[in-house]
Amino acid sequence: MTEISLMASSSAALFDVHRAREDFPALHQEVHGKPLVYLDSAATALKPQSVIDAVVDVYARDCANIHRAVHLLSQRATARYEDAREKVRSFVNAAKKSEVVFTRGTTEAINLVAQSWGRSYLREGDEILIAELEHHSNIVPWQILCQQTGAKLVVVPMTDRGEVSSEAFEKQLSGRTRLVALAHVSNALGTVLPVTNLIRLAHDRGAVVLLDGAQAVSHVDVDVQALDCDFYAFSGHKLYGPTGIGALYGKERLLDGMPPYQGGGDMIRSVTFEETIYNDLPYKFEAGTPNIAGAIGLGAAIDYFESFDAQAVHAHETAVLRYATDALGSVPGVRLIGTAPAKVAVLSFLMDSVHPHDIGTIVDSEGVAIRTGHHCAQPVMEHFGVAATARASLGMYNTTEDIDALVSALCQVRELFG
Amino acid sequence: MDLRELYQEVILDHGKNPRNHRFPAHYNREGRGYNPLCGDKITLRLQLDGERITDVGFMGQGCAISQASCSTMTEAIKGKSVAEVEQMFSKFHTMLTSDEGPAEDLDSLGKLAVFAGVREFPMRVKCATLGWHTLNQALKHENGEATTE
Repeated sequence: MTEISLMASSSAALFDVHRAREDFPALHQEVHGKPLVYLDSAATALKPQSVIDAVVDVYARDCANIHRAVHLLSQRATARYEDAREKVRSFVNAAKKSEVVFTRGTTEAINLVAQSWGRSYLREGDEILIAELEHHSNIVPWQILCQQTGAKLVVVPMTDRGEVSSEAFEKQLSGRTRLVALAHVSNALGTVLPVTNLIRLAHDRGAVVLLDGAQAVSHVDVDVQALDCDFYAFSGHKLYGPTGIGALYGKERLLDGMPPYQGGGDMIRSVTFEETIYNDLPYKFEAGTPNIAGAIGLGAAIDYFESFDAQAVHAHETAVLRYATDALGSVPGVRLIGTAPAKVAVLSFLMDSVHPHDIGTIVDSEGVAIRTGHHCAQPVMEHFGVAATARASLGMYNTTEDIDALVSALCQVRELFG
Repeated sequence: MDLRELYQEVILDHGKNPRNHRFPAHYNREGRGYNPLCGDKITLRLQLDGERITDVGFMGQGCAISQASCSTMTEAIKGKSVAEVEQMFSKFHTMLTSDEGPAEDLDSLGKLAVFAGVREFPMRVKCATLGWHTLNQALKHENGEATTE
């Protein structure tokens, strides 16, 4: 055993997956008369009871608007909301709490940067650089921005293993590259991009860098100061938190120079019909009553996640991914799409000529939940010349038994389609 | 839930070997169908002589349900009048989606009745109707794409 795999296995031993599974009520149900095998965490992760309780408790006890009234319930709700912001700050290791803006999720965070920073600073002929493997939410906001400003979208090609190399990236960087927007981890393929290196290369050219961390936060360590990224966007629901809440991290210097994304209550200091003075960071970007319970639920999700040794959780997921890669590889007719060595939690695959939708329906009847389709990454599908793939994706609660159930369900597919 | 209710032999057969999977030499109507959920795409071409469909074929890719549905549809509509086809689609649609259960006269749908099991799989109804929506678009001579959304 090599030193690294020894470390991985001793680290995995620190994480008791069977105990963790007890925390997720959704796991303990039958679908179509079979125990649920949930392999769709890349779409959304299941929620532990502590997150569900936190959300219920906000509405049951501290149900008030924030930053407004002087009454006790509002004080408690405000304190919990701001406490959640501090948890997010600490989780991504931002320097300041004011650099964390709550949003509806990754998508809104990216749109915020596109419309606020992008419209202020991009000019005709400027270039926005993305990679071929991006999720639609890291493509379309930039296309809209290009239409508005005359900027140009430039795409770094990926390899047939689903990798984005520093060399390919560097080739597309130019003197006009103003913004680089990259997935930290690919949702369709699981590839972990060499972001530290890519950020350094982009900064050498003076470009601003945004990372789409939707798929990364639950599977790799995120330290925005160590990465030195300028913006980092992520969603709560892929981190075992509620849907409809996420966060944008932005360097203070950049956020300060950006106009508000939306106008409304809470984002102002004073309003007259002649002039409005905007509030300080981060409130300038949080117009209207936010998703208070969602933010507090996200805080609870971070508490839950941090109650484990992150390295142990990652090591466990890596072990299950390896097992799954071997197991799927041994099913006749199965072909994995996305085989980068640096990869987490995702297995996109095809099976002979059986359409992924048919695979999805058949394995569902065996209780196995996977995603089928283009995974909001149609350019990725185009690269591989397919309309869709089947995708099994992992969360901390998945076991090798779940993979066995998938493989056995795939045998049903073979039986039916011959 | 019985998978065999969904994946009947006829469906598996037509899914694997779709009939009329070619473009007719002469056609005066074309429809393009797209299911954004799964990326399935089909192009349907037909020859309408007066009120009667005299030839029809389709090309494209999709799941077993959508391919089989297209295939059986082309067989069923060839030689039929527009009014007959509209009535057929209406019955077919009711069979798949009606809360009251399938219509009493499934027999009149002939081979198309094998899709009755799809109603138990709401996520797949769009697969079974993609071809029919595309046909509808072709007959109405509308521009653009028929989608299942």
